[in-house]
Amino acid sequence: MTDLLRDALERLFASQASPAQVRAIEDGGDAGPLWAAIEEGGFGHALVPESADGAGLALADVFPTLMAAGAQALPVPLGLTMLARALLAEAGEDVPEGAITIATDPDAAWRCAGLPYARTASWALLACPDGFALAPMGDVAPDAGQDRLSGDVAFAKPARRVANPTDLRAMAASVLAAQMAGALVRVFEDTIRFANERVQFGKPIGKFQAIQQQLSVMAEQVFAARMAAELAFSGPGLRPDPLRAAIAKARAGEAAVRACATAHAVHGAMGITEEFDLQLLTRRLHGWRLGYGADGYWHARVGQAALAETSGGTLDFIRTRLMY
Amino acid sequence: MLAPLPLTRIPPEDEALRAPVKAFLAETVAALPASRRVRSWMGFDAEFSRKLGAQGWLGLTLPKAYGGAARSPFARFVLVEELLAVGAPVAAHWIADRQSGPLILKYGTEAQKQFYLPRICKGEAFFCIGMSEPNSGSDLASVRSRATKTAKGWRLNGRKIWTTNAFRSHYMIALVRTSGAPEDRHKGLSQIIIDLALPGITVRPIRDLALDTHFSEVFFDEVELADDALIGAEGQGWEQVTAELAFERSGPERLYSSIVLLDSWLDHLRQTGERSQAAALGRLIGALASLRAMSIAIMARLAAGESPVVEAALVKDLGTELEQEIPILIADALGSHPERPIPAQLLAALTYVTQVAPSFSLRGGTREILRGMIARGLGLR
Ligand SMILES: Cc1cc2nc3c(=O)[nH]c(=O)nc-3n(C[C@H](O)[C@H](O)[C@H](O)COP(=O)(O)OP(=O)(O)OC[C@H]3O[C@@H](n4cnc5c(N)ncnc54)[C@H](O)[C@@H]3O)c2cc1C
Repeated sequence: MTDLLRDALERLFASQASPAQVRAIEDGGDAGPLWAAIEEGGFGHALVPESADGAGLALADVFPTLMAAGAQALPVPLGLTMLARALLAEAGEDVPEGAITIATDPDAAWRCAGLPYARTASWALLACPDGFALAPMGDVAPDAGQDRLSGDVAFAKPARRVANPTDLRAMAASVLAAQMAGALVRVFEDTIRFANERVQFGKPIGKFQAIQQQLSVMAEQVFAARMAAELAFSGPGLRPDPLRAAIAKARAGEAAVRACATAHAVHGAMGITEEFDLQLLTRRLHGWRLGYGADGYWHARVGQAALAETSGGTLDFIRTRLMY
Repeated sequence: MLAPLPLTRIPPEDEALRAPVKAFLAETVAALPASRRVRSWMGFDAEFSRKLGAQGWLGLTLPKAYGGAARSPFARFVLVEELLAVGAPVAAHWIADRQSGPLILKYGTEAQKQFYLPRICKGEAFFCIGMSEPNSGSDLASVRSRATKTAKGWRLNGRKIWTTNAFRSHYMIALVRTSGAPEDRHKGLSQIIIDLALPGITVRPIRDLALDTHFSEVFFDEVELADDALIGAEGQGWEQVTAELAFERSGPERLYSSIVLLDSWLDHLRQTGERSQAAALGRLIGALASLRAMSIAIMARLAAGESPVVEAALVKDLGTELEQEIPILIADALGSHPERPIPAQLLAALTYVTQVAPSFSLRGGTREILRGMIARGLGLR
């Protein structure tokens, strides 16, 4: 089931989310046809219970799909929509058509700065002190975010609020962590291929020990980030556990910094060009690292939780609070 | 390209071993000072090893017929990670339990298994690893110690170095040349079991920079060995050693070498109410959590009979990097308040780990050698 879903999505990407199409949407093009194709495939309803006409999948089932979305630099918030819709359905609310982004920090006047996917989402799930509210996308002032899709948004005061305490930041962070894991794997594979193809001094640069050692370290970072992201998607229910989400997001952020640096180093000047696809992913990896709390924020949440326990060592903490 | 490591849970029947192990360690080890426990798997206490044997916790994965408990590698993972987490002095039996026992089970004759394995399981036969020589470190295939066939067995000449605990072990499993010349590299090497009490063997302990004595230099001068000193096939030493190293590199000891220090610092932060280091602490815990998940996934591969050599190298390299970061980060955190004294036991633990940390990425294959193995796994060489 899980892999079928991912394979179907990857077929859709081939026709609707090629690198050229991603660039066009980044440049202000219409994401409507891409989103319509995603809706047609039912992907946005993956986590919605069957009783509400969804696919009723579990978090772990959609992890490969979110990795695939990340690997593709998908310019619409598929993962955030999956989780937002599941929350709405669980609360008995209407689940609207259209992509939903998650706004974790609206101010008192319902303005949000630097909202991810502001330009390609139709709705935002706004965090409120006691729950959340769904609001149609307001006016977007694009900002300087890495993927050229984010912006500052002024929302109208939501008509209804759902009382349902939820750590929306942890949910959104897990989605970005899964996307980052996918993007990291793709960047890694592309970098290995490049190292085997690019010839200098009469041999592929991948034959040089200095390059091999860097790529080995990159492999380690990618493996660790993927494992941490998978942990966030391993528990029961629809809400990724906040501490596992913390580890996923922080570990992915750390891996992203090191992996992007190596990927660009190995690709040389070619990797810096607009034309070469590497930048679609490395820009996003840096942007996603910043989104919904960067490494330091999530590290601190984990550290505070460990300090709040009165006894037990790190292994006990890891076993009982961070593993599922 | 390497296949992903799937998230794996320790089966409940193996997880069940944790509670009795924890209870045992609370009685036998927890009260020892941190400055002692911080030595982790370098801490030697033959009495403690025998106590573990009496519990049935040595040779856990070996068949019952040889005194083992026939448990899964996951059960051993649970046992070992709890031993390491408290800093139990496991060095005496460590090598025998981790690799010599499994090696003898895999390649030994029935007589060899009957002879060695039950004593390993009781904590009565301690082993050391004779691979490195003065001129053969990373380039292990260049070893020069040589065993020559005689009418009654083998005659051994040569020299090993860095052999951990040779001076307090009963046996060494050594990689030596049995045919050909050093230029033949991987061909003509064999593994032999050497009774360290035999005449012609001199062991010289070597003191390390922390003033501990664990490794040693071992000289072989016309040592007469019986025929059955050979373990496995003559000339197959290289293949056997490679398989052995997968066990040596994949275990939790490649993540937890600094955990006693980390836990001492955690206790210190809790007691003082210091919260400004939460992010630094969280970072180490998060890195350890991901590594532990990876290590368990590798354990699953080993349990399935695979030999995930490259994945083990990957986790070891990442794990030792974390082990080495822990003292650096803790020193910085403690030193950020020069006006506050560092508690004596915490300082002793920090000092010790800082001194020996460079060895974490040397022993069991250096960082550069492991990265070379990963590169090979990635198809780059
Ligand atoms: C605490 C401790 C316990 C040990 N216990 C044992 C034991 O019980 N039994 C045993 O047999 N051995 C033991 N060893 C030895 C250990 O296996 C060796 O230290 C290790 O294999 C490296 O060999 P070396 O120290 O001679 O360094 P060298 O091989 O001389 O390496 C020195 C440096 O050169 C680098 N280097 C070497 N070759 C290459 C290459 N091809 N490419 C790039 N860089 C390279 C290395 O990575 C390293 O940085 C122990 C070591 C330590 C520190």
